[in-house]
Amino acid sequence: MWEATVQPFADFGFMRRALLGCVAVSVGATPVGVFLMLRRMSLTGDAMAHAVLPGAAVGYLVAGLSLGAMTIGGLIAGMTVALLAGFVTRVTALREDASLAAFYLISLAAGVLIVSIRGSNVDLMHVLFGTVLALDDAALTLLCSIASLSVLTLAVLFRPLVLECADPEFLRSVSGLSAVTHFTFLALVVLNLVGGFHALGTLMAVGIMILPAAAARFWAAQIGGLIAVAIVVAVISSVSGLLLSYHFSLPSGPAIILVAGLAYGLSLTLGPVGGLAARVVVHRRLEV
Amino acid sequence: MTTRRTLLKAAAIVALMLAAPVSGIPDGPLRAVATFSILGDMVSRIGGEHVAVTTLVGPGGDAHVYRPTPAAARAVSEAQMLVVNGLDFEGWLDRLIQASDFAGIRVVATAGIEPIAVEDDGDEHGHDDDHGEGKSAGEHGDGHDGHDHGAFDPHAWQSLPHAVVYVDNITSALAKADPDNAGTFYRNRAAYVAEIEALDAEIRGVFAELPPGCRTIVTSHDSFRYFGRDYGLTFIAPQGLSTASEASARDVARLIQFIRDQGIRAVFPENVADPRLLERIADETGAAIGGTLYPGALSGPDGPVPTYIDMMRHNARTLAQALSSRGDAK
Repeated sequence: MWEATVQPFADFGFMRRALLGCVAVSVGATPVGVFLMLRRMSLTGDAMAHAVLPGAAVGYLVAGLSLGAMTIGGLIAGMTVALLAGFVTRVTALREDASLAAFYLISLAAGVLIVSIRGSNVDLMHVLFGTVLALDDAALTLLCSIASLSVLTLAVLFRPLVLECADPEFLRSVSGLSAVTHFTFLALVVLNLVGGFHALGTLMAVGIMILPAAAARFWAAQIGGLIAVAIVVAVISSVSGLLLSYHFSLPSGPAIILVAGLAYGLSLTLGPVGGLAARVVVHRRLEV
Repeated sequence: MTTRRTLLKAAAIVALMLAAPVSGIPDGPLRAVATFSILGDMVSRIGGEHVAVTTLVGPGGDAHVYRPTPAAARAVSEAQMLVVNGLDFEGWLDRLIQASDFAGIRVVATAGIEPIAVEDDGDEHGHDDDHGEGKSAGEHGDGHDGHDHGAFDPHAWQSLPHAVVYVDNITSALAKADPDNAGTFYRNRAAYVAEIEALDAEIRGVFAELPPGCRTIVTSHDSFRYFGRDYGLTFIAPQGLSTASEASARDVARLIQFIRDQGIRAVFPENVADPRLLERIADETGAAIGGTLYPGALSGPDGPVPTYIDMMRHNARTLAQALSSRGDAK
């Protein structure tokens, strides 16, 4: 048991780095995912992932494989899309999902255009998105800083964020903080996606943000519990995914996300809060 | 989709109308399309001023993941000759040919070589992507129906003796297509082959001096099997055969273990694959980054390897330098 679970991390530095990177993403991105889910914006994560791409691509074309340039490019592109979409939502009749979809598609098309004009055939997906097995010091520092920053920001914004989830109209009526909260939250989403991207790959960045949050929904009803369960699910998925990748020669990113998906499936059937099994039990009781 | 196909067909018809009178004029250069930069270099070397070469996957590009553009379809539809590597290297080629209504001569450069079969030997590297398509040995060369690489390693240009076969295939096709200039093509071929054979002898001499203990090299993409077979070297890659597969933790761990056990001192990133993984491995094992190798794409004209000959010489020198410095240290 010891040999199967601890030995890989003891023997290989890249496994320890992968673990640290995954834990950082679990702690930083997963709570953001919980709020995304509560605000019915789970698909926003995916849309923002596409919106970030052109910025990162431009960063790569300008400065080569530089973590700094690609992060800044991705942040600018993602924030522009988020701000424009939010602005349009607040001043026009268009709903947030539609305006976000419109802007991310524009952003994605611009990115593809820029990359094609440069005429490079190098697979940009390979260059732009790293793998969890190849985290260097700079990438780890970036991931840990983003995780710390996002936990701090969530702590400061906790109350207005919860209010936004529960009753955005009420928050808007009693406080001017509504818009600030909303945009800071979107900035956190972008930041976590950008960080996760070239360190871990698209699948990892969005997957670790959304799947544990969805799984936690079946175990806890309170926001604190939701966040705690989601982080635990994310960390367990990361560790077991990495170990599966190590023992069964599977690509690590998909392995981690599939374990998280398995956790989601189990929660869906067995979870006490609105899970399938719980519903059957409640139903029986009512009949009796 | 229909519109695009119609447009392409229209373009092809226009091209044919244009092509018909041009081919009658003897001094118009033959229009040839090569799928990637190395073939392009060979064709222009043999054809000289009598052949206008267009290369689809340009310098520094990765032919494994290339997506054809309309400009590529146009170039193919207007071409009188299409030079391809074969051995399922260009998985995207069939769709491109269909889309462009190509009607010229298709030259398979690897026709007649001895391909290396890719087998699952439980080796250090997990190249378990889809190559088990049940192709028999006779089917290679003209069987381009694979989506990924087939049962044979397509990187045959990494062998200088095979390059002579490439050159012969291209030369005879050019001579057939443009008999008036056949003399020039064969003269160019003779000079080129002499150069290739001289380089082959030179590289053989360099590697013959190496002791057997230090003939293992770690690269980021498994494309030097032919080079290894010619000069008695072993190449190991953390990724599988194609750049498309993602490495698993087990592959990386095995590789690190192997480098530690064998005392390998240098690993080589390549110009088309993600160098980050290899940098991590080098960092963890204390091995040095041994300089950049060029497996399947030339650099631009100002880069270190503008031609095929330059590329092979550069790779051999870079490898020999790293391997012999290890020999000295031992």
